Amino acid sequence: MSLITIILKMCEGLGKTCAIFFLTLLFSLPLGMVISLLRMSKNKIISKITQFAVSVLRGTPLMLQLLAVTYGPYYLFGVSVSRNKLIPVVIAFAINYAAYFSEIYRGGIESISVGQYEAATILGYSKAQTFIRIILPQVVRRILPSVTNEIVTLVKDTSIAFTVSYQEMFTIGKQIANSQTSFTPFLVAGVFYYIFNALVGFVMGIVEKSMSYYKQ
Amino acid sequence: MNVLKMTDIKKSFGGNEVLKGISFHVDKGEVVSIIGTSGGGKSTLLRCATLLETIDDGTISYMGEDVTYYDQNGKLCYAKDLNHFKKFFGLVFQNFNLFPHFSVLKNVMDAPVTVQGRDKAEVKEECMKLLNKMGLGDKADAYPFELSGGQQQRVSIVRALAMKPDILFFDEPTSALDPELTGEVLKVIKALADEKMTMVIVTHEMAFAKAVSDRVVFIDGGIIAEEGAPEEVFGNTKNERTKQFLQSYND
Ligand SMILES: Nc1ncnc2c1ncn2[C@@H]1O[C@H](COP(=O)(O)OP(=O)(O)OP(=O)(O)O)[C@@H](O)[C@H]1O
Ligand SMILES: [Mg+2]
Repeated sequence: MSLITIILKMCEGLGKTCAIFFLTLLFSLPLGMVISLLRMSKNKIISKITQFAVSVLRGTPLMLQLLAVTYGPYYLFGVSVSRNKLIPVVIAFAINYAAYFSEIYRGGIESISVGQYEAATILGYSKAQTFIRIILPQVVRRILPSVTNEIVTLVKDTSIAFTVSYQEMFTIGKQIANSQTSFTPFLVAGVFYYIFNALVGFVMGIVEKSMSYYKQ
Repeated sequence: MNVLKMTDIKKSFGGNEVLKGISFHVDKGEVVSIIGTSGGGKSTLLRCATLLETIDDGTISYMGEDVTYYDQNGKLCYAKDLNHFKKFFGLVFQNFNLFPHFSVLKNVMDAPVTVQGRDKAEVKEECMKLLNKMGLGDKADAYPFELSGGQQQRVSIVRALAMKPDILFFDEPTSALDPELTGEVLKVIKALADEKMTMVIVTHEMAFAKAVSDRVVFIDGGIIAEEGAPEEVFGNTKNERTKQFLQSYND
């Protein structure tokens, strides 16, 4: 198989790779905020349960979580494994990444000085107004570098979908590598990920720059 | 009329009783300075007055309206609608607490517009006037990090004034400033005093307190140890604790 054929075949999976990537971000970024607010809840029980859940999600391999989400329903309840593997993949990825994002958010929120809250309270801002107008913009600015790190990792993690044979770029590459006993598809995959992350770096650089009009 | 009236305020942190029954009032147009030993409870008193801390016992009222009351069981309660009372006062912090992501103009305009729902153009005009008056007209588009401490504190004073409070509290407004910058902030407060703004100022600047206030309150160990006209308190106090305290400033 020529290099061109390999690249073209793997390109067919790129759409699915992008689907995992964007859908995971779409769901995990807001879900992470919900989890971090639960984690910081004044209710001790809610906060402890959330803390435990997050520690499990961060402390076990994403690959295991993906297998559990994909095949767990079958083993537990005899529900047949869904044909469209994108659904379990995105569920597993979104929950896992939300756990990571939630800790980043929490760090960011807790780094804002209590004086900002007090100034807002005195001025009569409601809790919601304070969070959205005063706290969140500063948090976003502070956590952006850490979020970028996670996004870069997510690009590479999309390859984990091969464990459930979801036909994304890396899964296809791995199948070609097996059938052709060739290492070339892996090199191609490496180049793909590198370019993808160069784009991520470029975009996040622009976003970071747009927020760096002030210093803390 | 009393703008603020606090009676028999008690406040503890854990087992540590910080305010041990303080009664305190401020009349319209009056400038009251609070002086006292470190840890005496001055900031705590201001924080209770501005509802940042809840009191354990006592009563607070603004403009004759009760913020706190006792229910049938004799339990101390706060009024439901605290936002109603927040309209009455403003607070200037020691370390400014400006919003770093807002420009100077946005810092002072945002609350009147979003909290009070006032007309944006009108608020902008008023705020620009205030900024100009404080010598900050050319800084409207700057961000807080681009300003000196003295300028930041003046912005935070404008931010408080833009809400049109009936009374303005200051907690050591110049303590975080380099000595050469305290003058510009004190000058602004003095100008407000001349305009009969009702103010309560916690300060360690004795000369300033003496010059600007109608009344001086000396707080020591959670109680008001002495209270009176500046000439009395600074002139020839008979109170031993006050004497000692003022002595420590002259050294
Ligand atoms: N949130 C808090 N938790 C526990 N203790 C507190 C708290 N706030 C204040 N205190 C204690 O209350 C006492 C009075 O503090 P406060 O800040 O009111 O004093 P102050 O008169 O403003 O002193 P300074 O001149 O140093 O600012 C101190 O002993 C302080 O440790
Ligand atoms: Mg203090």
